[in-house]
Amino acid sequence: MISTYKLSKTYKENTVLNIDALEIPKGQSFGLVGNNGAGKTTYFSLLLDLIQPSTGSIKSNNIQVNESEDWKPFTAAFIDETFLIGYLTPEEYFYFIGELRGQNKSDVDALLAQFSDFFHGEILNQKKYLRDLSKGNQKKVGIVAALIGNPEVIILDEPFANLDPTTQIRLKQIIKDLAQKQGVTVLVSSHDLTHVTEVCERIVVLEKGQIVKDLETNPETLKELEAHFANATVLTEV
Amino acid sequence: MIKHFISLEWKAFTRSASFKVNLILKILMAFGALAILLYMLLIGVGAYYIIDEYLKKEPLVFVNQILIFYFLADLSLRYFLQKMPILNIKSFLYLPLKKDKIVGFGINKTIISFFNIVHAFFFIPFSIVMLLNGHDALNVSGWVVAMLALVYCNNFINIFVNNKDVVFYALVAVIVGFAALTYYNIFDITAFTGPIFQAFYDRPYLAILAVGLMVLLYKMAFNYFRKNFYLDAGLAQKVAVGETDNMAYLDRFGSVSTFLKNDIKLIKRNKRSKTTVLMSVLFIFYGLLFFSGAVKAYDGPFWRVFAGIFVSGGFLFSFGQFVPSWDSAYYPLMMSQNIRYKQYLESKWYLMVIATIITTIIASFYLYLGWQAYAAVVVGAIYNIGVNSHIVLWGGAYIKTPIDLSSNKKAFGDKKAFNVKTLLLTIPKIILPVAIYAIGHFASGEVLGFILVAVSGLIGLLFKNKVFGIVERIYKAEKYKTLAAYQQKN
Repeated sequence: MISTYKLSKTYKENTVLNIDALEIPKGQSFGLVGNNGAGKTTYFSLLLDLIQPSTGSIKSNNIQVNESEDWKPFTAAFIDETFLIGYLTPEEYFYFIGELRGQNKSDVDALLAQFSDFFHGEILNQKKYLRDLSKGNQKKVGIVAALIGNPEVIILDEPFANLDPTTQIRLKQIIKDLAQKQGVTVLVSSHDLTHVTEVCERIVVLEKGQIVKDLETNPETLKELEAHFANATVLTEV
Repeated sequence: MIKHFISLEWKAFTRSASFKVNLILKILMAFGALAILLYMLLIGVGAYYIIDEYLKKEPLVFVNQILIFYFLADLSLRYFLQKMPILNIKSFLYLPLKKDKIVGFGINKTIISFFNIVHAFFFIPFSIVMLLNGHDALNVSGWVVAMLALVYCNNFINIFVNNKDVVFYALVAVIVGFAALTYYNIFDITAFTGPIFQAFYDRPYLAILAVGLMVLLYKMAFNYFRKNFYLDAGLAQKVAVGETDNMAYLDRFGSVSTFLKNDIKLIKRNKRSKTTVLMSVLFIFYGLLFFSGAVKAYDGPFWRVFAGIFVSGGFLFSFGQFVPSWDSAYYPLMMSQNIRYKQYLESKWYLMVIATIITTIIASFYLYLGWQAYAAVVVGAIYNIGVNSHIVLWGGAYIKTPIDLSSNKKAFGDKKAFNVKTLLLTIPKIILPVAIYAIGHFASGEVLGFILVAVSGLIGLLFKNKVFGIVERIYKAEKYKTLAAYQQKN
């Protein structure tokens, strides 16, 4: 579904991402972990054609993302608050995204109805604009908006950060369902090793822009990752 | 402690991201401020002689008469322009500092504000001139001390009033009401207030009262903030009540309606865009300078078309030049969504056309100033819709200034908005229609001139799709640069 080939991104002389090859098959739940500055968000931004690669390319469904825009109809993402329109109410925002993705109001309403427990009564009908919601609630809106219109690829940057425990557990279930039952390719990045190992079938560890581990998740993965990052901190301290 | 506050203020000023970019703008503003001080100084010196010479009135009595309006107008100006320094103080709350000290510093900072100093530039020279003309020194000093104390009263009142729209509009209503009543000789408020101001001169010891009032208001402003010095009280951001509005009546615009709805919400719900609308309303009256013959330099017939373009095009220019910057806060969303640029542009275009038509209808009062005046507005509107709407969108594509919708900063000008490309585009926007009118005017007369401008506007409509195609290509070509530029918050 998503193939990355000799991709690199360099700012002046500082290479922030360098991936020789990475293949993500359709329907995989894919986790990207790494410390700050490892290149997770850079990779997602390249995948969404928000920045230009210095070399190489990414193909999504055989469409090279920086050449054609045909990947947009089947791709959805929530990276940060720049994906939200602050002066809209959550409902207006959902309908707007729905219209862009060819969904009418009742389609969107039907989807939102499934997430009433996820919203915990704090999103809909609150008479508040998105800019006045708390960070956690903004994130909920962004994540659910990314699910509108049955996308085939969903990209979520740090989806667990800022969320309360109940919502984190519910979100994990949603992501698992998307990949396993609906065949959606889900890309998630996180600092939280427990969450990603629970959710993702495959985990890639980035370090200073390079892939240093590519693991299929099994019961031992969490320990392996913890050991890796524990050593990494020791190494940098020495 | 004060030393720390001052050094932090200085760092905040010099290290803000916009400091270097806006240095030229700041220098221009400094010149503007100097010019205002100079004018005040000139008025302060000259007022005495002018009133004496031309109005044949006792200068001090006359000044005292109009002072009530002076102070009220000052208060409303302050409301609009004077910034409250107390708002960026959040980060001090948890530090081991006495709250009194922080609040005190915040309020004391307003004392050296331009809005206070500027008045001294009127009152002090005026008093000196009075002394030179044989007024008693003790009386004059009583008066001037009282006046300056009243200026500071306004300063502290403004601290309470700040962010309370109701008070502000009430104040404006009072000013307009009193001015109208006085003007029509129904009720002369100055007959009551004049003697009060005069009293400070006649009995200079009364200045104590004004100073006392000032101190009282300072204490009140201090207590007001001290009491509300909590995140959920005085320092809280105002949260607007959000109403979901589906704007079903806009569905008739078809596929464009998706964006049109958003654009209208953008304008309605953000401070910056509301200011833009306000400015375009002011543009409607800009033509009065031309058609009423108030300014002699504007009397030539070609100025009519110039005025007509601006009267009908205020919104078009002030809104259109910042497309797509209005959407800068969520540009990454727009760029990763399935957006057809043509619809996106078309929605902005419709918005400008609708605004231009509404403006033209409102401007029909120009008919009182002769049919030529309104004809100029109407053909100006046609030219704006047909030609300028396209050019403005084209020029906007080169402007990559992120817009902070929630603040009014830079609403009145931005260095980046004036680059060579946009400057070149003003030629077809304004000079071309004036030239076209001139051709018709000289060949036959004003009727042909108006017709030619209108026809060129209609011809411009034919190129709509062509121009949209060009703008779309620019958007695509500049996409990454634009995204990067919008990321840089000020």
